[in-house]
Amino acid sequence: MLIPLEHILIFSTLLFAIGVYGVLVRRNVVGILISIELILNSVNVNLIAFSRSNALDPVMGQVFAIFVITLAAVGATVGLAIVLALYRIKRTVYTDEINLLKW
Amino acid sequence: MDAVTSLQYFVPELIVLGTAFALILLDLFVSNKRLLILLGVLGIGAALISVRYPHEPLSLFFGFFVLDPFSFFFKLASLGIVAITLLASLAYKPPLPYSGEYSALFLFMAFGLILMGSSNNLLMIFLSIEFVSILSYLLVGFLKKNPQSKEAALKYLLFGSTSSGVMLFGMSILFGLTGSIDLNMIQARLLTAPVSQALVVATILLMMVGLGFKISMAPFHMWAPDVYEGAPTPVTAFLTVGPKALGFAIILRILHTSFLELQSEWSVFLSVLSMLTMTIGNVIAISQTNIKRLLAYSSIAQAGYILIGLAVSNVIGVQGVLVYLIAYALTNLGAFLCVIIVSNHFGNDEIESYAGLSEKSPFLAFCLTLFLLSLAGIPPLAGFIGKYFVFASAIEGKFFTLAVVAALNSAVAAFYYFKVVRLMYLVPAETKEPLDHPIPLFLALIITLAGIIVMGVWPSPFIEFVSRALIL
Repeated sequence: MLIPLEHILIFSTLLFAIGVYGVLVRRNVVGILISIELILNSVNVNLIAFSRSNALDPVMGQVFAIFVITLAAVGATVGLAIVLALYRIKRTVYTDEINLLKW
Repeated sequence: MDAVTSLQYFVPELIVLGTAFALILLDLFVSNKRLLILLGVLGIGAALISVRYPHEPLSLFFGFFVLDPFSFFFKLASLGIVAITLLASLAYKPPLPYSGEYSALFLFMAFGLILMGSSNNLLMIFLSIEFVSILSYLLVGFLKKNPQSKEAALKYLLFGSTSSGVMLFGMSILFGLTGSIDLNMIQARLLTAPVSQALVVATILLMMVGLGFKISMAPFHMWAPDVYEGAPTPVTAFLTVGPKALGFAIILRILHTSFLELQSEWSVFLSVLSMLTMTIGNVIAISQTNIKRLLAYSSIAQAGYILIGLAVSNVIGVQGVLVYLIAYALTNLGAFLCVIIVSNHFGNDEIESYAGLSEKSPFLAFCLTLFLLSLAGIPPLAGFIGKYFVFASAIEGKFFTLAVVAALNSAVAAFYYFKVVRLMYLVPAETKEPLDHPIPLFLALIITLAGIIVMGVWPSPFIEFVSRALIL
């Protein structure tokens, strides 16, 4: 049974909205990084859905999604490395306690 | 063109990549790490010599890498910017840790910037932007055990990943609307396929989130002052010009290749954002007490001026973007070179340290004055030529509000630039101890200074160069 494109799009938009909401409200940096992963996954859902429905070349969307997955992993690696380096100095992962630089 | 035939046109990039890998390897054996940075500069120099002007546009690697006059222009610009940054890093105090890796990361960065200028489809645009961003996060956090540097890196990372996520969401919807990721194909499909115009404008807006982050356009500029303050100063100098210039290149390419028919839609919101960007940058810059933050807000404002050319997008406006980018790159790099020399001496970046600089080091004070005057757009310096072009484009395109707001903003900007000049010349110094001018910094300073003076008094070769870059 084929799931209609509209349903997938509603799902991916919801996922995107949850990700953006998470980025805006989470205090914990790791939580924010996870929310960014949600945003990237909503993009993947979109790309795969579109590559099945109305792409000129279906492979393109799937290749794009694989690249997005790879770069999400790279981003998470660099992100966690920076969080770890900061934690060693400041002993915190909460965004409101990371406040040396302002105005 | 397939991968093997493409390689003969790919020489500069191969030299850059080869040097980068060689640097990582040599880092294991060479104990004098400054040599490695010098080797990086030489690698960039070799790449610069091997760059050839493409007489007809070529699309290499199955169309994933275009070689046209436009990418030629930005290739030279990115290599030049990285070379000057590496020269500046040679004399930075305290000496940067892991200089070998540092130098290698900058060569990879040069490659990433070249990719940004040469990408012609959504996948390569996304990949090259992420490539440059991830390297920037690492370089910003490069100072070991420095909480400011780490905090700046974290802020940059969170802002950067979120905005590129939003940009990707826009790209995925554009892919769904047109069924293609190639910019030319997207344009063709938008003309023929029945696509809702509102949706296309929405995807442009979503993509502008990620691209606007790169060029520090308001309202996505919040990261800029913090990151520029916390990063090591050579990296700051690079970040204010490199990714910003290439961000403009990508915006220009996307808007002019795919969305030229929708110009009436995007020029409105770009002109509003341009006014917002320059006003926010200039107004907040007035109250700054740290020179790096002052230059950070000034660079936000400069992005606003460059956006004028993009918003108007007539012939002179597009030329103006490129002319302004050359002028801005030379001037801002030069200003940061002076900042590096001063902060090497005082160990801080407070504006008070500049009091009486003309007595301690007349040449340095003279250079910094010229750079600040060029940023303010005073003739006969390079900044004036850039401003002249964007203002002329706004008036020719009948964007009078934009021109008036920009003129008012220039007056505000002159105030805080002259504040620093006044401190250097009119306030007496506490000590008369002369400043140290290391040779690499001095060399870079002479290059940028000569650049802004030559471009100011004899702009025609530069304008000729820019107009040749725009034959698409």
